[in-house]
Amino acid sequence: MSALLDVRGLNKRFGGLVVTDQLSLQVQAGEVHALIGPNGAGKTTLVAQLAGQLASDSGTVHFDGHDITKLVAHQRARRGLLRSFQITRLFKSLSVRENMAFAVQASQGRSFAAWAPVRRDTPLFEQAQAVLERIGLAAKADASIEQLSHGERRALEVGLTLAGRPRLVLLDEPMAGMGAQESDAMAALIASLRRDCAVLLIEHDVDAVFRLADTVSVLVNGAIIASGRPDAVRGDPAVIAAYLGEPEDAA
Amino acid sequence: MTINRWLHLAVLAAAIALPWALRAFGAEFYLSVASKILVFAIAATSLNLLLGYGGMVSLGHAAFVGLGAYASGVLLSEGVTSSGVHGLVTVAITGIAALAIGAISLRTRGVYFIMITLAFAQMLFYLANSIKGYGGDEGLTVRTRMLLPFGIDLRQPDSFYFVALAVLAAVLLLLSRFAASRFGRAVQALRDDELRAEALGLPTFACKLVVFVAAGVLAGIAGALSVNLQGYVSPNALHWTQSGTLLVMVILGGAGTLWGGVAGAAALLLLQELLAARTEHWEFWTGWVLLAVVLFARRGLAGLFARRST
Repeated sequence: MSALLDVRGLNKRFGGLVVTDQLSLQVQAGEVHALIGPNGAGKTTLVAQLAGQLASDSGTVHFDGHDITKLVAHQRARRGLLRSFQITRLFKSLSVRENMAFAVQASQGRSFAAWAPVRRDTPLFEQAQAVLERIGLAAKADASIEQLSHGERRALEVGLTLAGRPRLVLLDEPMAGMGAQESDAMAALIASLRRDCAVLLIEHDVDAVFRLADTVSVLVNGAIIASGRPDAVRGDPAVIAAYLGEPEDAA
Repeated sequence: MTINRWLHLAVLAAAIALPWALRAFGAEFYLSVASKILVFAIAATSLNLLLGYGGMVSLGHAAFVGLGAYASGVLLSEGVTSSGVHGLVTVAITGIAALAIGAISLRTRGVYFIMITLAFAQMLFYLANSIKGYGGDEGLTVRTRMLLPFGIDLRQPDSFYFVALAVLAAVLLLLSRFAASRFGRAVQALRDDELRAEALGLPTFACKLVVFVAAGVLAGIAGALSVNLQGYVSPNALHWTQSGTLLVMVILGGAGTLWGGVAGAAALLLLQELLAARTEHWEFWTGWVLLAVVLFARRGLAGLFARRST
C-alpha cells in the first residue's frame, strides 16, 4: 500500500545551518501521525516545506500518488493538503462565519467571480456552518475574531483547514497555550478527524500525543530518528536519549 | 431596497441635476470644476480599489492616469477621433503596462512595493518628457476631441459632464459588485493575511495582479477623459507628486469605502478652489484638514456617513 504522503530525501539549509537533513517520512491515509521532537528540531520548517510555503533544496514529496514537489502552497491546498499555524492567523476584518466561508471558497476555486454577491451562495454558507458546528463555534458564527477567546481562536485556526474536505491536515501545535478543558476538546476533534482525513500532528504535549496518535515519528536535528507505534517509540533508546529523557523509575 | 441604495440614487439624482442648478444660480463656471472632480474621482476610485480594497500602497498610480491621457492625446493629435478606438487603445496600453509593472512589482511587499511602483512611474515620467514629437516637457495640446455616438460633443461642458458622470457611476457600480462578490471576499482575506489565504488554496499573486491591472485600466480611462476635458496633457500628469495627490484623496475620502475616492476628490479639489481664491498658501490649510481627518475620522469622510450595512 502506498502512503498518502510520501516524503523522500528532503533537505533545507539556511546558509550554513542544516534545518532539514535527508528527511524521509510516510503518512498513511486515515491515521493520526504525530511528529515530536525538541525545540529547534525543524518541525515548523518541515510543515512549511510540506505545505509549500518554503521551497526545499532537494528531495521529493508525493501526495496521493502524484509528485507535488514543484507545486506552490495554493496548489497543494487545492489538492487537499492543508496546514494550520502555530501562531494563530485569522482574517480580522471578517466574522467567524465569513472566515469559514472564505476557507470553503478557497478550497473550491472560482475566486475570480466578481459580479454575483457571495452572500447569496447558500451551499457555501451551509458547508461553512457544518464545519463551525463540528468545531463547536456555531453559536459564535456572527462574532468578530476579536470577540473570541484564545481557545476559540485556536479551534477556528484548526477549523479553517477542514473547510474544504481535506485529505491531509498538518496541525502545527494546535493546543499551544490552551487550558486543560480546551485541550481535551481539541484532542477529541483531532481524534474525530480520523474518519475523514489523515493528520500530521506537531505537538509539545507528549501525553496528548501518545494518547491520540496511531504513529509517532521523532524529529531531531532535521532528521527522523524513529518512527512507529506509540509504545514502540516510547521505549526506543535513541528517542529516550535525544528527547524523552529517562523514565523516572529507571533513575 | 436598502437605505444605502436610496442614498446612492439620491446622490446620482443630485449629480444629474447639478448643471441646471448651477445655471439657475448663474454659476456655470463651476461646471468645469465639477467635471474635473468627476475625472479625479474616477482616478482616485481606481487607487482606492488598489489601496483601500487590495491593501497595495502604490506611489506610482498617476503613471497610469498619464499613460491613458497620452494614449488618447496622441490619437487626437494624429487625427483619430473614433471613441471606440480611443477606448480600445487606452485599455490595451494601460492594461499591458499594468500587467508588466504589476507582474514585477507584486513580487515585493510593503515599502519595497512603494519604491518599485515609484521607480516605474518615474521611468514613464521621463519617457513622456523625452517624446519630442508629442510636446516633450512642454506637454501635448490637442484641439479636437474624440467623437462619441449620437453626436455627443465633448466640447460642450454639459456633454462632457454627463459622460464623465456615467463613467464614474459605472465604475462605482462595478466596485460595489466586486466588493460583495467572491473575488471581493478573496481580496479582503488576502489583505488581512496573504500567507493564510494562500495556505487555504487562494492564488494570491494572481488575485493581486488582477486588481492591479483593473486599477491601472480604470486610471487610464480617467486619464483619457482628462485630456478630452482639458485638451492638454503634460508629463507632470505622471509625476510622483500627482500619485501623492491621489493618495491624499483616497485617505481623505476613506480608503476601502465605496465612496472614498469620490469624497476625497471632491473635498480636495473644492478646498483647493475655495482656499486658492483667498490665499496662496492653500496647501498649508489643506494639510490641516488632512491631519484632522486622519486623527478624528480614521475611515475618512465617506466613513463618517457610511454605517456598516448588512
